[in-house]
Amino acid sequence: MSTPHETPGTHGHGNGHRIGSLLAIVLTVIPFWLVMNGSPLSPGWTVATIFAFAIVQIIVHVVFFLHLDTRSEGGWTLLAFLFTAVIVILTIGGSVWVMYHLNANMMPMPDMGNGH
Amino acid sequence: MTDHALEPQAEPTWYLAEEEAHHDHGAAGPTILGFWIYLMSDALIFASLFAMFGVVASAYAGGPVPREIFDLKLVALNTGLLLASSITFGEAMPHMEAGRVGPVRFWLALTGLLGAGFVGIELYEFAHLIAENAGPDRSAFLSAFFTLVGTHGAHVTAGLVWIVTMLIQLGQHGLNAATKRRLICLSMFWHFLDIIWIGVFTFVYLYGVIR
Repeated sequence: MSTPHETPGTHGHGNGHRIGSLLAIVLTVIPFWLVMNGSPLSPGWTVATIFAFAIVQIIVHVVFFLHLDTRSEGGWTLLAFLFTAVIVILTIGGSVWVMYHLNANMMPMPDMGNGH
Repeated sequence: MTDHALEPQAEPTWYLAEEEAHHDHGAAGPTILGFWIYLMSDALIFASLFAMFGVVASAYAGGPVPREIFDLKLVALNTGLLLASSITFGEAMPHMEAGRVGPVRFWLALTGLLGAGFVGIELYEFAHLIAENAGPDRSAFLSAFFTLVGTHGAHVTAGLVWIVTMLIQLGQHGLNAATKRRLICLSMFWHFLDIIWIGVFTFVYLYGVIR
């Protein structure tokens, strides 16, 4: 509470920005390379890998580019971010999970499985 | 009596600390937090669009599948442009804090050019898809694709309008408390759009092609 001055969006530390940029480039290139050049991993592991890279890259961007930390705005930005993250995960994960089971159990459509 | 009434008010120095905190950023303090809340609510809009896309991602209705219509080289180029624009915006901010208006305008203009390239390529991709009879009316998958990616593109376009506005304002007023505050909000907005794009290129394009 004594120093709640680190404003998100400002770039006080040039080093943080450089590190973040470098990490972001690496975390973007690897998943594209995996998918475009044929992955040495099994399809399931390739999917898991690109999603893992996406989550890590989102965290890198939030920390190094948006400068989210525990101190900015007295912790309120972090609280709002965590709350939003929970809602986002529930919305996307929950919708896909529920609708996948509905699809599997209730919709014997003639064109099912076309894309698989 | 009055002594007793006033005594409890001496306790919450928390408010005083908050007031002092705002002085360091001029009037930016509450605006930054408010803008952050806006970004979080915008993230919820994108969450519902991602959820919708996830639900109908394989509802092709006999139409084209992602592997046939997505050009990953184009997506990689677009991703590179947007990431580069995020990095160039980051280059502008130390100059803003040091009060150098020239370099700020240079990096901001470069950011705008990269962003315009992104929107241009996205419009080219959309036009190409529609010409191939893979428009938003073809299947639920394509409706959701155009809605999600189009909403992101509309945000980037709004960001471009904001960048041009700031370039003009910086030319007229230079760096003062108001233009600095707007630049900080714009930089948050721009980085936020790049974060949404990470979800788009992973979930929609890369996962779409290998699913």
